[in-house]
Formats: sequence, C-alpha cells, structure tokens
Amino acid sequence: MNRGVAITGMGMISAIGNNVAENFASLLSGRSGISKITQIKTVHESEIMVGEIPLTDDALENTLGYAHDTYSRTPLLGIIAAKEALAQAGIKDVSDYKTGLISGTTVGGMDKAEEYFYDYYQTDAHWNHINGLHAGDSTQKIADAIGLTESFVTTISTACSSAANAIMLGARMIKSGELDRVIVGGSDCLSKFTINGFKTLMILSDTYNTPFDENRKGLNLGEAAAFLVLESDKVVKNENKEVLAYVKGYGNSNDAYHQTASSEHGDGAVLAMEKALKVAGIEPKDIDYINAHGTATPNNDLSEGRAIIRVFGDNIPEFSSTKPFTGHTLAVAAGVEAIYSVLAIQNNIIYPNLNFKTPMSEFKLLPQTTLKNKEINTVLSNSFGFGGNCSTLIFTKEA
Amino acid sequence: MKKEVYINSIGSVSVQKTFDDSAFLEDIVTYNDNAIKVVDPNYKEFIPPAAARRMAKGIKMSAVSSQNAMKEAGLENVDAIIVGTGLGCLGDSEKFVRDILDNDEQYLTPTRFIQSSHNTVAGSIALDMGCKGYNFTYVHSNLSFESSLWDAKLQLATNEAENILVGAVDELVNHHVETHKFIDHIKKEAVPMEDVLNSGTKGIVFGEGSHFFVLSNKKQGSTYSRLIDMGIYNTLPEEKISETITSFLENNKISISDLDGVILGNNGDVEFDSIYKNLGTSLFEENPQLVYKHLSGEYDTASGFAFWLANKIFKTGKVPEILRWNNLPINNPKRLLIYNQYRGKNHSLVLLEKC
Amino acid sequence: MSELKQELKEKIIEQLNLEDVSVEEIADNDPLFGDGLGLDSIDALELIVMLDKDYGIKLADPKEGRKIFESINTMAAYISAKKA
Repeated sequence: MNRGVAITGMGMISAIGNNVAENFASLLSGRSGISKITQIKTVHESEIMVGEIPLTDDALENTLGYAHDTYSRTPLLGIIAAKEALAQAGIKDVSDYKTGLISGTTVGGMDKAEEYFYDYYQTDAHWNHINGLHAGDSTQKIADAIGLTESFVTTISTACSSAANAIMLGARMIKSGELDRVIVGGSDCLSKFTINGFKTLMILSDTYNTPFDENRKGLNLGEAAAFLVLESDKVVKNENKEVLAYVKGYGNSNDAYHQTASSEHGDGAVLAMEKALKVAGIEPKDIDYINAHGTATPNNDLSEGRAIIRVFGDNIPEFSSTKPFTGHTLAVAAGVEAIYSVLAIQNNIIYPNLNFKTPMSEFKLLPQTTLKNKEINTVLSNSFGFGGNCSTLIFTKEA
Repeated sequence: MKKEVYINSIGSVSVQKTFDDSAFLEDIVTYNDNAIKVVDPNYKEFIPPAAARRMAKGIKMSAVSSQNAMKEAGLENVDAIIVGTGLGCLGDSEKFVRDILDNDEQYLTPTRFIQSSHNTVAGSIALDMGCKGYNFTYVHSNLSFESSLWDAKLQLATNEAENILVGAVDELVNHHVETHKFIDHIKKEAVPMEDVLNSGTKGIVFGEGSHFFVLSNKKQGSTYSRLIDMGIYNTLPEEKISETITSFLENNKISISDLDGVILGNNGDVEFDSIYKNLGTSLFEENPQLVYKHLSGEYDTASGFAFWLANKIFKTGKVPEILRWNNLPINNPKRLLIYNQYRGKNHSLVLLEKC
Repeated sequence: MSELKQELKEKIIEQLNLEDVSVEEIADNDPLFGDGLGLDSIDALELIVMLDKDYGIKLADPKEGRKIFESINTMAAYISAKKA
C-alpha cells in the first residue's frame, strides 16, 4: 500500500492564464478573467458574463501544431494542460511506468456537435466531428497527444465534481498499486448548450459573480482544462522526484435530495468533507484553508456555508471561492482548484474571495477577501454537482 | 488481505425480453433493421407517474433494471452506485440542442438540460433509493461499463464498500443513428438479425439497453459468479492482443484451456470483426466461442448485455444455440472470458467464474 | 377569466407532462406546489418559460414565481393584471 499520493506535475489553461504560472500571477494580482463573451455567438451575450479563454480554436490549434478544425475545443484545451503537467513532472516517456489517464468532462465535443448539428446533413465538410460527441473521445485524443497507449484510460462525468472524482479515482489507483502514475483532471469548453442550460435554471448572473454575498445573483460559466500528475512512492524514490504536494484525503457522497439543487443543510457536502477528513486521518482543526465550491448561486453558497459550519463548528479556517477569477469551469472546477490549492501550499498564501461585500443573513460566515500570507500545510477543496454529487479533496504539504 | 468480488444479482432491459427473469432467451425478438430499440417493460409497475413524467428513456430503463437487481440481491440500499454510459440520456441532449437551434436560444425549458447531465441516471437512482453513498458515472465510450466494474472491484477488494450497484445504460437516438450512418459507423442498409454477424458490410446495427448488477464482497444465496479479474486497454495493436490476453490469464494462474468458453464482441462490422475472427482461429481455436451483439445490437455499453449473459449462463447451466459461434461443445460452463473492443480501440477483458 | 383558467390548466397538464391528471381535477384554488398538485422547483422554471412564451411576461427572478404560481386563481389574476 502506498503511503502518499504525490503530485509531481501540474498544467492548466483558464480565463486567467494559459499555464500554471500565468494563473498564479493573476491570483496574486487580483486580476479576474470574467468578461463579456466573444468566442461564441449567442443571443444572451448582453445578459451574461463568462470566464472565457480569450483564444480562438484556430489559435489553440496553432499552438499545438494542428490543422484548422482538427478537434473540438475540449480536447484542445486538455492537450495543452496535460502536456504542461507532464513537462513539469519531467516525464519524457509516458510509458516508462504503468501510467493511466483519468479525465472529467461534461460537454465533451458538444461545441462542434451543436455547431454542425444540421450541417452534417448538408455536407461532409465536418464529418470528422460526428464521433467527437462521446465524452470519452476527448480523453482518448488527449491520450493520443501524450502518447499513452495500451493503458488504463477513462472519463468521469459527474457534472461539476467530475475532476474531483477523477483525482479521487487516480489517488485510489496509486494507493492500491494498480498504477504507478496517473494523469488526472479535466477539460470543458464553453458551449451554447451549457450557457442555455444554466440560463433555463435561472442561475446565471448578468454581472461579476459574488460568492457568499447576501446579494449574489448566480454564477458565471467558465472554461478550462487542468491536469495533475500523481505518482507512487516508488516512482518518486526511483526518479528522485520533487513532490509539489500530496493528495491526502478524498470523499464523495450523494445529497440524494434533488436533481439539481443542494439540500438546505448540505447533507451531502457534510458527508463528503467528513469522509475526506477520515481518509486523510486528520481533524477539521488541521485544515489551514478551505477552497470552497462557492459558485455564487443562492442555493450553493447557503447549502455549502451551512455544511462548513456543521463540519468546522466555531473554528472555521480562512475560506474563499476562486470562481470570481475563473468563472465556474464545470467539470474542471475541481482540477483548477486542486492546482490553486497546491500553489497555496507551496507559497503559503490564501487567495481573496473577490467581489464580496455583504455577509449573508443566514449565518455569520466571512470569506477571506484579501490576499493573505499564512503557513499552509493542509487545504480542503469542495466541488458539488448536479445529481446531488458532492466531492471533497484534501491536499497536504507532507505525505 | 484482498476480498473476493461476487455478482449477487442481475437486471436487464434490452432489445430482447431480458427484463423477464423467468425465461432465458427462449422467445427471440428478430428484426430487419440497422437500429433496434428495447422491448419496453411496463414502466408503470416500477415508476410512480409523478416521477415518470420528466424521465428520459435511459432513466426509465434503468429504474427497471436497477430495481430488479436490488430486489434479487435482497437489498434496500447500497454503499455505492456506479454507472457507465457512453452518451448519457442522449435523447434529451439532442432535443435540447434542437430547441436551441430551432428557437434561436429562446423559450428553452430546464428539464431536457437536466436530463442531459451524464450522471442523471446514477443521481436519479440515488434520489429514489435515498442513497447518500459514493456516486460515480463513467462515460468512456465502450469502456464505460468496464470502468464502473473496475471501480466497484477496487472498492470491494479493499473493503471500502460491501454492496455496490453497478450499471450500464445507453439510449438509441435518431440524430446519432443518422449521422453515424454518414460515416459508416452504423450500417446504411437494414439487415436481418440472422445475417448481421456475417453481413460483410461496414458499420454496426445500433441498439440500446440498461443492465444493472449488485456486486458484493459477501457471497449469498443469490450469488451468480465471482469476478476473478479484468483488464482495460485504451489501445492494443492487433498483433499484441493474443499475448495480452495470454499474460492476463497467466497473471490469474489460468491457461487458455481452463476457459470453458469465450464471449466475443462480434458486431458485424466487416472492418473490425477480423480481430475476433483471427483470435477465433488462433488463440481461442480450442475454446467454445459465443457471440451476442446480433441479439443486443451494438452500443457503448453493449458489454453489459454480455455480463448479464455470462451470469445467466452460469445460473441456468444453459447456453442457447443462438449464441454459439463455433461448434465446440459447451455444457454447464464454470469459467467464461468476455473480450470486447470497438473499432479496434478500447479493449476489455472480464473473467468470471461460476459460484 | 374562467376561459383563461381553463386554458392554464390545459397548458400546465401538457407542459409538465401530467399524464394522469385531468383539467377537472385541478380546482381554481388548489395549491399547485407541495401538497396540492405536487409541483416542484423545476416545474416552476417550466411555468416561467410558459409565461414568457405564451403570455409575453418575463420574470427575472425565479423567487417571484412562488407567489404567482400559488394556484390557478393567482396565476390567472397575475396574467390578467399584466395584460390589462
């Protein structure tokens, strides 16, 4: 049984940066990536704000050396992030150890599917995307791009907790010795499908999202890809790897309350946090920072806030939501925030919960609103999704 | 100490009348088509009308197959629910896209979007059962069900859970069928059931279905089989398939001759069935070979049908003639290997032993 | 007004797929949510779209719906007032 699940590489692209370093710089400078939408033509463009990556598909394809219209945006973003993660981990041959890939996505190739939905019947020009609607197809394209063959490759889709669950499965695979190394995270692009879907649920804000604020109006959708390289004790020792942090705890639970909404008192969230603490073998008092799900919907922040109070009682550590920086990147949210959690541990820093003004009337929770230096050894990160899906991850400095 | 993993119950809704547990492929549903739908059970016996009114077909099928599996296992609740689906409740996703395009993003309603979440089946079963445990959904093409099995096996072997409901579901949707005909992934022409596997044409006959199983690390009266081991490979060059299967068996201290039969995923696509045919005349030459996709249709989670089939064969001791691919005798098999791949990718091995 | 009420009942049954409910079974004063017809928050969102599409009335905040969708009477009164 492996003692620690080491994180040895990270890669990402989001609205606040094309790599990990750019993301961290934006977090430090308080630069939000929320803007009007430019990459998708939608009738809602004046009513919504998004966390968009300000690059066209062509620009992404150029970066990767691909021809025009090769892939959906989901695998393009994923490939960029996965390659950065492998580079940081110093991996040249992805097959030199027993390696797997586990990715989370909600939309997969929906961007192309909706664009060419009727077009497929008129011309064969875009038939290359027909089979790309499978969520698994985007993962396989990432596997192809990093040269991963004859391996354990799979895709998880549990709405907005997908990447948390990908990281969780990866950690369990390393712990049990099924894999020596696993690349975990997720990729999701913006699409008309999700914009209109969330619009029908009336939880999209028409301005900058304000997590844990009394007057919050909903979320801003975002897009991103984020991957982490997890490695076993054996690989770390053999290769003399620098370890960035460890995946120490994880828990998934179902709220079993409603198809889309969280329960009033956050039952599922409480269970997920408690499970993760138990797996990590630590107490709530050991947590130095909570990176909250904090989507800024009326329902999530109330439910999550109550759940945090139930788990932490009177000793709630600093907490913040980074969604005002990136928007809610759906399947990838937990991947983005896992990397932010590791950066918090590496740099002993807590990120501000931007846009917060008025405490919520239901409780006295106050998020951290300024950048704060503090010794950070342990971070707890929450991610919750439709279908009652609640996940918590715990990252630590030491194994 | 690792625990054993048992299959304690089964439930199925498919193109055949598999929801009826009293018979085993006695009354075969034939067709002459390139896309085949499930035989609908009486959903009203399983789903209250108030709940049914918003349910996608995939959820309805899964309500039936999961409830049957729970009942047979004698359980009210489980420690975890894990579902595999290639495309989720695609019917509602397709309708939602159509609504977006046809109405220029106006007057859209939430129900179709909610049903489109890939994890809506697993979430809906948890909601119905009040199951607050682990709830995962795998969406990796034709490894979706196998990924779910893998996850369940991992948790049961390490005693993280005792009973897990594992399922596989996919829906047949017209837009998907039409567009996949354009690219020859689905046959352009109708084919009669008895000719599908020797059709000599490109593409497959598309199907749908929902299969659920209770897996446990405790053996009980209803137990069908033991999951000895499984393998998942995103790619495998054809010349390495034999050696991969051989070493997989060796790892489990089993030789090819110890297998009482192999269940192969032949689907009648002339471009890729040669993979099975070549194994059938080499590695598996001495083994009784069984096929099933002419009965179930091909879809991302069609291997759920194979898993159901293997367990049904163990329990009844019977192998219906319609499944037999070669002429070697097979009686009351004890050990079966399921091998599947789709379009030469996403290979899986599932090794089961009768209990 | 009674025509509008009849129409609303028909639309609700159709839009919300209430197959086993007939127009006669919905009394004008019956609560639509909770103990009455048993509608939920997703149905409320469906009804908001119906108001927009069929009556040209837009609700920006789903919370506004709670009062309006209390019963057929409240819905009809709200629509008539807006239309007047």
